[in-house]
Amino acid sequence: MAGRVLVGVKRVIDYAVKIRVKPDKTGVVTDGVKHSMNPFCEIAVEEAVRLREKKLMKEVIAVSCGPQQCQETIRTALAMGADRGIHVEVSGKDYENLGPLQVSKIMAALAKKEEASLVIVGKQAIDGDCNQTGQMTAALLDWPQGTFASEVSVDGDGLKVEREIDGGLESVRIKMPAVVTADLRLNEPRYATLPNIMKAKKKKIASVKPADLGVELTSRLEILAVEDPPQRQSGVKVESVQDLVTKLRDSGTL
Amino acid sequence: MRLSAVQSAYTRPTNVANQSLSSRATAHSNAIGRAAYFQGTPSRRAKTAIFLIASDKRRCFSSAQCNQAWLSPGVCAVLKAWLSPGVCAVLKACSQAEPRHAAWLSPGVCAVLKAWLSPGVCAVLTGTAMALRSAAARLLTCNGRGVALTAARTQSTAAPQKDSDGKLRQAVKKPKVQFDWKDALELEGQLTEEEKMIRDTFRTYCQDKLMPRILMANRNEVFHREIVNEMGELGVLGPTIKGYDCAGTSYVAYGLIAREVERVDSSYRSVMSVQSSLVMHPIYTYGTEEQKQKYLPKLARGELLGCFGLTEPNHGSDPGSMETRARFNPSSRTFTLNGTKTWITSSPMADVCVVWAKCEDGEVRGFLLERGMPGLSTPQIQGKFSLRASSTGMIVMEDVEVPEENLLPHVTGLAGPFGCLNSARYGISWGALGAAEFCFHAARQYTLDRVQFGVPLARNQLMQKKMADMLTEITIGLQSCLQLGRLIDQKKAAPEMISMLKRNSCGKALDIARQARDMLGGNGIADEYHVIRHVMNLEAVNTYEGTHDIHALILGRAITGLQSFTVGK
Repeated sequence: MAGRVLVGVKRVIDYAVKIRVKPDKTGVVTDGVKHSMNPFCEIAVEEAVRLREKKLMKEVIAVSCGPQQCQETIRTALAMGADRGIHVEVSGKDYENLGPLQVSKIMAALAKKEEASLVIVGKQAIDGDCNQTGQMTAALLDWPQGTFASEVSVDGDGLKVEREIDGGLESVRIKMPAVVTADLRLNEPRYATLPNIMKAKKKKIASVKPADLGVELTSRLEILAVEDPPQRQSGVKVESVQDLVTKLRDSGTL
Repeated sequence: MRLSAVQSAYTRPTNVANQSLSSRATAHSNAIGRAAYFQGTPSRRAKTAIFLIASDKRRCFSSAQCNQAWLSPGVCAVLKAWLSPGVCAVLKACSQAEPRHAAWLSPGVCAVLKAWLSPGVCAVLTGTAMALRSAAARLLTCNGRGVALTAARTQSTAAPQKDSDGKLRQAVKKPKVQFDWKDALELEGQLTEEEKMIRDTFRTYCQDKLMPRILMANRNEVFHREIVNEMGELGVLGPTIKGYDCAGTSYVAYGLIAREVERVDSSYRSVMSVQSSLVMHPIYTYGTEEQKQKYLPKLARGELLGCFGLTEPNHGSDPGSMETRARFNPSSRTFTLNGTKTWITSSPMADVCVVWAKCEDGEVRGFLLERGMPGLSTPQIQGKFSLRASSTGMIVMEDVEVPEENLLPHVTGLAGPFGCLNSARYGISWGALGAAEFCFHAARQYTLDRVQFGVPLARNQLMQKKMADMLTEITIGLQSCLQLGRLIDQKKAAPEMISMLKRNSCGKALDIARQARDMLGGNGIADEYHVIRHVMNLEAVNTYEGTHDIHALILGRAITGLQSFTVGK
C-alpha cells in the first residue's frame, strides 16, 4: 500500500534572527536576512522520509511556493532524504500576498496531479503563525485530516494519528488519502549527511507556475500595517493592597 | 602630467549605465574644460566656467543626478550677458561646491560682489539657491571665506527631469550596500550552494551536539570517543576521498567543516584532521586496494579510530633524523619495528596507527599497525594543558611484528608524511580562523554587555581598535584560505602556499585569542567563557603540524633558494 507523500516546505526568516519592521510599515525586513526552512516543515520532511524508509510510502516529494530562493529550501529537503522537488514559482507582489488559502489551493492541485496518498505539512509557519494551510488543503481535497500530530502510524489502509490538543492527547484513525500537520514532538529531524547533500544536487526539482495548476492567486486580505509591539512600560510598585485598589480605581480599570 | 592625471580622473563617468554617448562626450569635454580651468587666466577661467555650466546642463539631461537643473540654456545666456567673469566663477564654484575652488572667496571679494550685484541678479541667484541649496544662498549673505569652504553637496529639489523621449526619470538612488561585520568581504557569495548547505548543517550539529559537551570535557580532560562515530554518521570524516563510503566533496567544503568544528574546540578538529588527513588520506593515496577496502569504510564511519605516528621525543621539526627502525625479516615476510613516537593525537584509544619508520635502506616508509599487535603500547600523556578534550599519547614499539601487507607501498621517503601533513595543515588554516572567530564574537558580546564607568566596554577606543584588528585578520585570512582551497581543488596548489596560510592563520588566531582573553578581563580566565580554552588550545595548534618558525623557514627557502634548516651547508 505504498503511495506518494507530498511534503510542503516553507522558506522563512531563520528563527535565530532578530526581526526588524520596515520603515514604511508594509512588512518585515527580508533583504539580506538569513532564511531557512520552517522548523515544523523540517519535522514534516523527517516524518515523510521515515515513512519511506519503513517502506510504508514509496516516494517523497518536497514542494515549496515562492521565488527562486525557495529552491535552496527544497534542496535542504532533498538532502534530508526527499526524492524529488517541485518549485511553484511565485514572485513579486503575488508572493507578498501569498497566504494559506492560495498555498492550500496549490497543494490540493498538486496532490491531485501527483496522485499523492498523504500530504504532510508543518502545523504552522514561524513567520505567519496562521495554522491554516493543512486544514484548508484537507477541506479543498475533501480528505480527512490529522492535525497537531505528535505520532503517526500506518494502520491498515488508514493512519492512526496521536494529536496534541489542549486537554492532552487525542487518538484519531483516519482513512487515506489524508492530510497530516506536524507538531513539535512528532520526531527530531536528522542532520543532512554530507553524502546526502552531495546526492541532493542530482535530484530533480521541477518548476511549475500556479497558472499551470489552474490556481488563481488573488488575495482576499490586505495588510494595512505592520508595527512593532508597543514598548513595555515600567510598572509601579505599591505598598499595600489598599494602594493597589486606589490606583486601579483612579486609572479607571476598576 | 597634472593635466593628463586630471583628464584621466574625469573621463571615467560615474553613471555610465545612465549616460548616453553624447553625454559621455560632454563629460570628456568637461574634463578638458576642468583641466583648463586650473591653468587658464581669470577671464579664460570665467569663460570656461560658463561653458561648463552650460554643458553641465546637457549632461544632466541624461545623467541620473540633476544637480544643475535650473541651468537651462536660456538662463545661461542671460547670465552670460550681464554677469562679470568673477560672478561666473562664483556660480561655477557654487555648482561644483568644491571648497578648494572657492579659496579665493575672501570677505573682500564677497563685499565687492554684494555691492554691484543688482537685485535682479540676486533674485535669480536666490531663486536658484533653492535648487542648489547651499553655497549660493550662503554666499549672498556673505558670511566670508568659510561659507564656500563649508559648502555642502548640492542637492536638487527641482522636479524630475524629462529626458529626450519625454519619459519621466526618477532620481535613481543606488541601494546602499550594508557592511556585515560577521562576513566583512562577503565570503557567502563565493561559496557554492552545496558548500553552504554542508557548512550550515555541520554548524548546527557542532553548536547543538558538541558545544554542550566541551566545557566539562575540557575541564576534566575527557575524550568523548563517540564524537568520532557521530561525525562518521554525518559523513565528515575523510570528506575529500572519493569512494569507499566517503563523501567526495571539495577541499573548500573540508575547510568549512574544519572551521565549524574548531569554532567549538581545537581538540575536536584535531581528532577530525588526524582521522581524515593523517590516517585515511595516506591509506587512500599510498595504500593497496586491499588496505583501502579493509580500513577506509570503517574509518569513515568512525568505527575505527586512527592515529599518525611521525614525531619522536628527540625529533620533532626534524623528522628526517628519526630513530624508529623497521627491519625486514625475509623468513616470515614481516617487518620488525622498534622505536617511540610521542605527541600522537588519539593514540591511547586508536585502533589503527600509521607509523613512519626508517628501513634498512635509509628510506622512511609507512606502516599500518593495529591494536593488539604484541609489543605495541600507547601510554597517555598526562598533565597536558592544551587540547584537553582529545586524548594524546605515545606509540611505543618493542619488536612489533608487522606483516608485509601492512606496508604502504606507493611512497618512499619523507614525501609520504609531508603529503599527509599538507592536507592536515590546509584544514588547520581554516580551523584556526574558526577559533579566532569564536573569540572575536565572544569578546564583542562581552564588551557590549559589560558596563564600567557608566558605559559598555565596547564604547572605549582601545576595545574597538582591538576588535577592528581581529575583524581584519579573520576576514583576510578566510579569503586567502578560500583561494587556497580552490587552487587545491584545481590541483594547482604548492606546499609552500599551505605553509604560508597555516602559519598565518595559527599565528593570527593565537593573537586574537589572547587579545580576546584580555578584553574579557577576569572572566577571561574562567572556562565558562570559553576564550581561555581557545588560548590554551591555539598554543598547541600554532606548534603542531610545523611550528610557526619552521613554516617561516619553508617560505624563506622558497623565497631565497637558500635553506636555513641546517647549519654548515
